[in-house]
Amino acid sequence: MPLANPDIIQRLVDKFGESVTEFGEPYGMLTFSAPREMNLKVMGFLYNEQDLAFKFLTDLCAVHYPERKGEELAVVYHLHNLVENVRIRFKVYMPIEQPDVFTATGLFEAANWMERETYDFFGVNFIGHPNLKRILNVEEMDYFPMRKEFPLEDQSRIDKDDEMFGRGGSIDFGNREVSEEPKTISEADKDKTWL
Amino acid sequence: MPVVEQPKHRVLPDGSIEKTTTTLNLGPTHPATHGVFQNILEVDGERVVDAEQTIGYIHRAFEKIAEHRPLYQITPLTDRLNYCSSPINNMGWHMTCEKLLGLTLPKRVDYLRVIIMELARIADHLICNSVVGVDTGAFTGFLYVMQSRELIYEIWEEVCGSRLTTNIGRIGGFERNFNDIAFRKLEKFLNEYPKVLKEFENLFNRNRIFMERTQGVGGIAAERALNYGFTGPNLRAAGVDYDVRVHSPYSSYEDFDFTVPVGKTGDVYDRFLVRNEEMWQSLEIIKQAYRKVQEFKGKEADVFHADAPEYYLPEKKDVYTKMEALIYHFKIIMGETDIPAGEVYHSVEGGNGELGFYLISDGGRTPYRLHFRRPCFIYYQAYTELIKGSMLSDAIICMSSLNLIAGEMDG
Repeated sequence: MPLANPDIIQRLVDKFGESVTEFGEPYGMLTFSAPREMNLKVMGFLYNEQDLAFKFLTDLCAVHYPERKGEELAVVYHLHNLVENVRIRFKVYMPIEQPDVFTATGLFEAANWMERETYDFFGVNFIGHPNLKRILNVEEMDYFPMRKEFPLEDQSRIDKDDEMFGRGGSIDFGNREVSEEPKTISEADKDKTWL
Repeated sequence: MPVVEQPKHRVLPDGSIEKTTTTLNLGPTHPATHGVFQNILEVDGERVVDAEQTIGYIHRAFEKIAEHRPLYQITPLTDRLNYCSSPINNMGWHMTCEKLLGLTLPKRVDYLRVIIMELARIADHLICNSVVGVDTGAFTGFLYVMQSRELIYEIWEEVCGSRLTTNIGRIGGFERNFNDIAFRKLEKFLNEYPKVLKEFENLFNRNRIFMERTQGVGGIAAERALNYGFTGPNLRAAGVDYDVRVHSPYSSYEDFDFTVPVGKTGDVYDRFLVRNEEMWQSLEIIKQAYRKVQEFKGKEADVFHADAPEYYLPEKKDVYTKMEALIYHFKIIMGETDIPAGEVYHSVEGGNGELGFYLISDGGRTPYRLHFRRPCFIYYQAYTELIKGSMLSDAIICMSSLNLIAGEMDG
């Protein structure tokens, strides 16, 4: 009998009762969440049970929801049962002041770098991770750039010396005035009364 | 000026004299890494004792940039992930958007996309396999197949105007219909390519030197490969027949008849053979798709996009003459179309594995969050396990046979 989403929900509810919540099926993929201290229990259950056998970790990433007070960060796991070809999405939420969650590296080797990436960009602290350090950004970085409070750099900044990159270059090499404050073109234009 | 007392000798780090192994930097700009990433190897003579990978040298923050761009402006970002097969990335992204928007495409568009994607797979595998040849000391194969890749690039050029970073297609279909020259170039490729591939296989497949050099090198068991998140040819070489095209068919792949080659040991030789066989299969798929495309007659033969005025750019002559077209043109170009709220994961079989797009929209004009599942980022972490205990030169061919693309790894 093929594994259907209602069966998975039933198994989860039988096992964990009211701890697993937020069941949904956006675009056909079963999605649910659990308290963050239970993430390993839930994933271990999904991994080990004969009929569930979600043994493939497709993806692991985080999402930042600044509006959800007390649970600003979500870690999202995409699991795949390759035999029955069923995918599910599992989320745990955590407060941004204390973004601790257990590592999944014990179950999946694949989680190692994915968790490092998630730590790198969102600052999620995976407890028990063998080597939790930055992976794509420089190690000296002291913030987590994918959080929503960090905007992209203003594309119209003109104070940067970008001559070498073919942007905003000028002929008088090295003689340009560099203002201390970051300025945008519109701010710079305010001084020009003729505009 | 105070005199700083200099030590008489350069002080070596603690423990470095007793050490019997050597630390060796392989990369980030070593020609054998074929990309910008670094391996710090601990070698005992020529044997690799331990390894650590450092990546991120060309990280460009695509996920952050994508949060500030309308959907159609994200396509050029996906070009730069696996740039050996950019059309697959482009199509994967379009299909993710189409899934979110609930668009269904005409069959002809699907088949045209299949042609483009399979060409991309061939281009991708050609590079990877011929580079394995180069790293084992056989440069000839590389030179033979480059000409065929050129033919593929010419087809893309005819369809979208560019070659490497293609930005091909639009949400809802293609930007223009394939012209006759494109089809003629496709026919030329279908005629010439089998001979080249056969010759390439003759050079390698039963070549004693190549076999002894690659067999039993960098092997991995199926269980470990799954645990490490392997996908694509690397997983199939280990004996698992997981292929996204078969498991979750997209773009009407269910209409095609093809086999999924699998290996057994997951070593360099098996990966090489699996890729070669996949190229033959891709060729079959392209032939079938081309036949299906030719079956469309009359008005149907001119269909190259879905009817989705809110997301698909209208024709220029309509923009100048019709009010609705003008409005939609403006809204699309300025990125003022609100996309429906939702959460969608879509994956395609990329050149080196399952390329996934996890898109969260909160109903705004740009994605709330977009995450790329980049296959080679995930399976590269197994590299240490693959090469531990092997010779240094085996570590090199193991790396090139994994099909690691720095652009995709760093995102």
